[in-house]
Amino acid sequence: MVETPTAVRWLLRVVVVGYLFMLIAWPTSLVVQRTFEHGLEGLRVALSDPDVTHALWLTAQVSVIAVIINLVFGVGVSLLLVRSRFVGRRLLSALIDLPLAVSPVVVGLALVLVYNGRFGWFGPFLEQHGIQVVFAMPGMVMATCFVALPLVVREVVPVLEEIGDDQEQAARCLGANSMQTFWRITLPGIKWAVVYGVVLSLARSLGEFGAVKVVAGNVTGETQLATLVVQQKYQNFEQETAYSVSFILAAAAVLCIVIVSLLRPKENR
Amino acid sequence: MSIDVNGITKRFPATGAGQAPFLALDDVSLSIPSGQLTALLGPSGGGKSTLLRIIAGLESPDAGTIEIEGNQATHLPPQKRNVGFVFQHYAAFKHMSVAKNVAFGLEIRKRPKAEVAARVAELLELVHLTQFAHRLPAQLSGGQRQRMALARALAVEPSVLLLDEPFGALDAKVRKELRDWLRRLHDEVHVTTVFVTHDQEEALEVADEIVVINDGRIEQIGTPDELYDKPANDFVMSFLGPVTRLDGRLIRPHDIELRPSADRLGAVPGVVTRVVRVGFEVRVTVETSTDPEVLVVLTRAQAREAAVGLGDGVWCAPVRGAQTVPVMSAVNGSAPAPELAGSQ
Repeated sequence: MVETPTAVRWLLRVVVVGYLFMLIAWPTSLVVQRTFEHGLEGLRVALSDPDVTHALWLTAQVSVIAVIINLVFGVGVSLLLVRSRFVGRRLLSALIDLPLAVSPVVVGLALVLVYNGRFGWFGPFLEQHGIQVVFAMPGMVMATCFVALPLVVREVVPVLEEIGDDQEQAARCLGANSMQTFWRITLPGIKWAVVYGVVLSLARSLGEFGAVKVVAGNVTGETQLATLVVQQKYQNFEQETAYSVSFILAAAAVLCIVIVSLLRPKENR
Repeated sequence: MSIDVNGITKRFPATGAGQAPFLALDDVSLSIPSGQLTALLGPSGGGKSTLLRIIAGLESPDAGTIEIEGNQATHLPPQKRNVGFVFQHYAAFKHMSVAKNVAFGLEIRKRPKAEVAARVAELLELVHLTQFAHRLPAQLSGGQRQRMALARALAVEPSVLLLDEPFGALDAKVRKELRDWLRRLHDEVHVTTVFVTHDQEEALEVADEIVVINDGRIEQIGTPDELYDKPANDFVMSFLGPVTRLDGRLIRPHDIELRPSADRLGAVPGVVTRVVRVGFEVRVTVETSTDPEVLVVLTRAQAREAAVGLGDGVWCAPVRGAQTVPVMSAVNGSAPAPELAGSQ
């Protein structure tokens, strides 16, 4: 092995650590610091505001529903992409990545164009049948699903490719039907990829701002999500409440990742 | 007849633009008798694995039918065919213990717990893995994993056992051990077994019957002795063992005698260009007027008797009863039957 000179090694370390500090650690720690500037008072004030608690509860609901939809759809699409060959497979694979490339605001606008109750392409029909999509729960869930779409698929696909289909074929030969093969062989094999995908989706869903801002309507106490509360409170000079809600959102996401990395068995990866 | 293969044709889609689809099997028909150990032998890409996978139901044929024990199986999914399949790379269920792997087929069939436990114990005993029952596959060696896969396939009492290059991923010593062990196991269990191999020694040593497959077609079917002694054509002859060319025919190097004078019918004069001793045998290369390199393999005793040295003039003659096959590259429409030298 080629030995890197000590000075160069230290320089590289300083650059990397400095980069991460300036970009991530320092700004985040300032949010934490501001949240607890007056002890727990900031959090107490924030959580006693009914608009804040409603927004947090709404965010939790939307995120959980979106994650469940993403989980089922994501695992299904991954199986389709890896295990079957069909015309348009590569196009589908490219479409899955679209949400990473398109700005969430554009996603929101697109959903409004289709599902808007007054002039949307599909919205008036749904509204006649009593289903309101835009400015309501379904729209918020759809926007969140859209932006978190690739996260489960991109975690699961490489693992499915790596484990191959030998084990599935062996199970079929031993008498298992396709459902039994999926539950007993495929799913245990991709378990940790699925868990990671779900955690990333959850974190992404909690933090979504652009798409839901357009779709949700942002009516305080009704269709206002936690990230929108942060913006509103900040602009209304209630910085302490804004910091507190930010802290709660960040803490929830970090907590998910920490729990998973503790649960995950050491020999995998 | 236990497995009947009728007119099976299989094409794989072209791998790139402008390429023709790959014809893996071309109208193959074959009957595999009950209770025997049959080898499908041939070079890589010849179609033998595809045929095995079609019998198992893991691939579907474009044309033709498969019958297993008299039952039409062509359109049955693999789980309804009652076949045991052993893969080259074991296909162990990585998240299950060895005992759970072996129990899988029985648990799918919802057999009572006590029966499953008893059968698993019996099979682990059979494959000598009893003390590893609670290990994960990752903690076993390759040979142990393949024995586990065999026990798993045998657990459901399949009507046929199919093995796809079962020892291909193992090192030479383990492969030899498992080969002997498979033969003994088959003599104990007597399940109709078909295994795919590209190793002619493995097929000759283990199988009751060998099916030679090349280029999607069957070249010859027969017992190891029949194939070795009466090869149907030059492909079978050269695939089953070393061959050399003498006077326009293929012949085994140990079937040529070196004589000091032309006292044999069909003897060809030549000059010794190389003599190499490898262990118990002596390899002599002779240049004749028609073939620049005739390889002759002699035992040490024969070599001493013939007293050949570099540059000596010798006569090369097939030994009495030697098997020769005409070289097909000679412009000749029909394939002439092989003939026995010296039998005239």
